[in-house]
Amino acid sequence: MATETLEHDNMTNHPVGDGKWEGGGRPFKASYGKLMMWYFLVSDAFTFAGFLIAYGALRFSMPTWPVPDFVFSTLPGGIEHKPLVFVTIMTFILLASSYTMVRAVQEGKRENKRGVVFWMLLTIIGGFGFLGCQAWEWSKLIGEEHMSITSNPFGTHTEAGEYLEEDGHHIKKGDTFIAGESYLIHAHDGHSTPIKYKVTEGADAGKTKVQTKGPRAFGALFFFITGFHGFHVLSGVIFLLIICLNAATGLYAKRKNGYEMVEKIGLYWHFVDLVWVFVFLLFYLL
Amino acid sequence: MGHLTHEESKKVANKIITILAIITIFEVAFALLGKGYLIEGFELPGVLIGGVMITLSIVKAYLIVFEFMHMKYEAPGMAKSVLIPTLLLVWGVVAFMWEGSDWQRRRTQVKTQNELKVDHKIGALIYNSQTKNIRG
Repeated sequence: MATETLEHDNMTNHPVGDGKWEGGGRPFKASYGKLMMWYFLVSDAFTFAGFLIAYGALRFSMPTWPVPDFVFSTLPGGIEHKPLVFVTIMTFILLASSYTMVRAVQEGKRENKRGVVFWMLLTIIGGFGFLGCQAWEWSKLIGEEHMSITSNPFGTHTEAGEYLEEDGHHIKKGDTFIAGESYLIHAHDGHSTPIKYKVTEGADAGKTKVQTKGPRAFGALFFFITGFHGFHVLSGVIFLLIICLNAATGLYAKRKNGYEMVEKIGLYWHFVDLVWVFVFLLFYLL
Repeated sequence: MGHLTHEESKKVANKIITILAIITIFEVAFALLGKGYLIEGFELPGVLIGGVMITLSIVKAYLIVFEFMHMKYEAPGMAKSVLIPTLLLVWGVVAFMWEGSDWQRRRTQVKTQNELKVDHKIGALIYNSQTKNIRG
């Protein structure tokens, strides 16, 4: 008997290589919770891919698309025309919170309760920081620039020309522009007020035209994709808070499984960071 | 992490976050440079910018999944069960973007075809040169 026991799986007492289908062994040497977290993330990746497919297909089907460096170029405190700076700050906040999450998982592995709670709190602060940035960006787009899910005030010129009116903001009468340059149609008293310009190049040279709005789908895609991602960050922060509290009360220390719950929420949190890598790429970099 | 000591895994995490930060800064700088914001009158072709950005983003994704999410240390079967469906998904994204650009081509084609008029006197199709297609 003694020699036979050696060949048995310590955990289940089933013979090695046999009995995995009886629910005794662990497929892929991972716990049920961790494996299911991975498969949930795969399914979530498919949902995000659905959004990104819609974005990519629509963007490629349009002759023009709002130039991100023009649309997202403001910072809090009235700083303007600084493309990519604000969103880079957001990216760094999320990256930093991913790092603190890794540290929390590592402290969990060696059963260090104080370490887990400390690094998780930093992660939660990072999550709130990111949400704050996103809230500012959204309120700017909705409140000041009047972008909505059905209307996109960001247009792009397809031919060179000269403005015949001023828009009360940056554009003055007589300002010239080239093809491919973006503009924002401002709203006054709730009405969008596109201004007139004279075409100076191409087949329509000499004609007077009025600014047109950009592709309609832009606002819906932007708000739904960043909103869905932001919702993931928000729910991630809520779960982080719950798990941090549980860790602080010593619940996971009793389980003696290397704070596996922290590891699972860590997987989710890194996934949120991973999705942001692609949202950052598609919406802001390209 | 399974095979690393606490100190070793701490070092790995520090290294990976540094690489991720450097890549991100490089991406932003490259995008600004390529689009002509840093040096007056200097621009790079869009294909080059796009290619570099997508490649670097995939490198970032690899580092996050394999190091931060410890995919490197999981059982090979599990890694495959997650990665294979995701790789197929990448093809889905590429295929739909491809399809999107074809929508644009056909939309432009329909627009130009609509502008053709038949001149019954000379019996020929005449392209109205006054209306330029949207992109030129």
